[in-house]
Amino acid sequence: MSNIPSELKYTSSHEWARLEEDGSVTIGITDHAQGLLGDVVFIELPEVDTEIEAGAEAGVVESVKAASDIYVPLSGTIIAVNENLMEKPEIVNSDPYGEGWMFCIQPLDEEDLNELMDADDYAEQVASEEH
Amino acid sequence: MVNRTPLFEMHQQAGAKIVDFAGWDMPIHYGSQIEEHHKVRQDAGMFDVSHMVAIDAKGEQAQTFLRYVLANDVAKLQQPGKALYGCMLNQQGGIIDDLITYYVSPNYYRIVVNAGTRDKDIAWLTKQAQDFKVELSVRTDLAILAVQGPQARTKAMQVFDTKQQEAIAALKPFHFLVSEDWLIARTGYTGEDGLEMMLPATKVVDYWQKFIAAGISPCGLGARDTLRLEAGLNLYGSDMDEAITPFESNLAWTVALEPNDREFIGRAALEKQLQQGVRRSLVGLVLTERGVLRAHQKVVAEGIGEGEITSGTFSPTLGCAIALARVPANMSAHCQVEIRDKLLPVRVIKPPFVRNGKKVFE
Repeated sequence: MSNIPSELKYTSSHEWARLEEDGSVTIGITDHAQGLLGDVVFIELPEVDTEIEAGAEAGVVESVKAASDIYVPLSGTIIAVNENLMEKPEIVNSDPYGEGWMFCIQPLDEEDLNELMDADDYAEQVASEEH
Repeated sequence: MVNRTPLFEMHQQAGAKIVDFAGWDMPIHYGSQIEEHHKVRQDAGMFDVSHMVAIDAKGEQAQTFLRYVLANDVAKLQQPGKALYGCMLNQQGGIIDDLITYYVSPNYYRIVVNAGTRDKDIAWLTKQAQDFKVELSVRTDLAILAVQGPQARTKAMQVFDTKQQEAIAALKPFHFLVSEDWLIARTGYTGEDGLEMMLPATKVVDYWQKFIAAGISPCGLGARDTLRLEAGLNLYGSDMDEAITPFESNLAWTVALEPNDREFIGRAALEKQLQQGVRRSLVGLVLTERGVLRAHQKVVAEGIGEGEITSGTFSPTLGCAIALARVPANMSAHCQVEIRDKLLPVRVIKPPFVRNGKKVFE
């Protein structure tokens, strides 16, 4: 079973989002997503200061098996990207919710977070995909 | 219906992620495909390839039959105990399958074909065999294990008795021995030393555990794919199919046009293709920039033409992306590959990329 922390928000395309104290939102891919992809070997991330709309492609995760787009769950400006992943993309496999975070966005409207799934809904989606 | 090998429960116990492969529930990896890949390059790994199909051809015309249905010439196998790789072609010279032929004893050969082509291969062989004094039997009673890696033979030998150990130690590449109901061959699909073993399906669970106890790690079909691609070995259905000839697949060396009085299926078409000129070839590509080459990406060579990647992956040994691609025969040393609407420069090399743990191209 994959790990789905209860305090995070989720998308149907398997990103997670966490509201930070300063109002920014950190984005990554879920444990379930990294499990599906297998060994991650290469990650393309957006550039800092890019303005981006909800649902747009912000980057790509490439594993040995497949390439998968990363979508931005809410509109805003990219304020930080995880440069460590350039050298050590495998962190996404070992720690998807921690050191494996991908980028940080300053949302136009924090309320947009409420549009995303909570952990229970996401767990249900994952379970339905597995059967 | 989904097929399972006798080792299915062993795979589950070992934590395998199971995927459908040509109608079989097979392990893609047991945790990390890359770690399994490195195990085979550096130490010893073991693959369950029991989904592949062993077919025995017996009878006074077994050799005559195989010399007719295969593009390589099994008459090259002068002594029992030697194996030969080659292709089975249709009348147009297209590849029905690639396979290994084992010369077991006079009037007795065994071939091993791919799982995904099982039904059409059996139908084709059965049809062609009608005019020959040969009996075909599909050996569903056998399981097939591959142990591969620089330490594979040494570790695997511990499981056998002294006499068998000596015989295995003396095996030359592409030779095999038959010991009771086993066939043990020094062959493989990884570019490393190792053994491929056919044994009774009833014994395979026991020996799987013995090989693990001897320090050989289970490896999934994911690592098998990255290993074979690094080794420049074609995968049927990806790098070649019935619309492609061996000459267009880097497999000219497996076509025996001599002796020129041997008639085999596809010969006339291949000779015609040689006369007219082979227009496409299968080459290796290396991407030094960040990114991963994948099947079906477009290859662009300015002023020459376009081609397509047939298999691509991240090479764990080289740390960059590699691919096999079908391109115009007069390909330049550099070209470009289109990845997500961007053209990235790649080098064109003659496969393989890696042999015996080391990079082999300049």
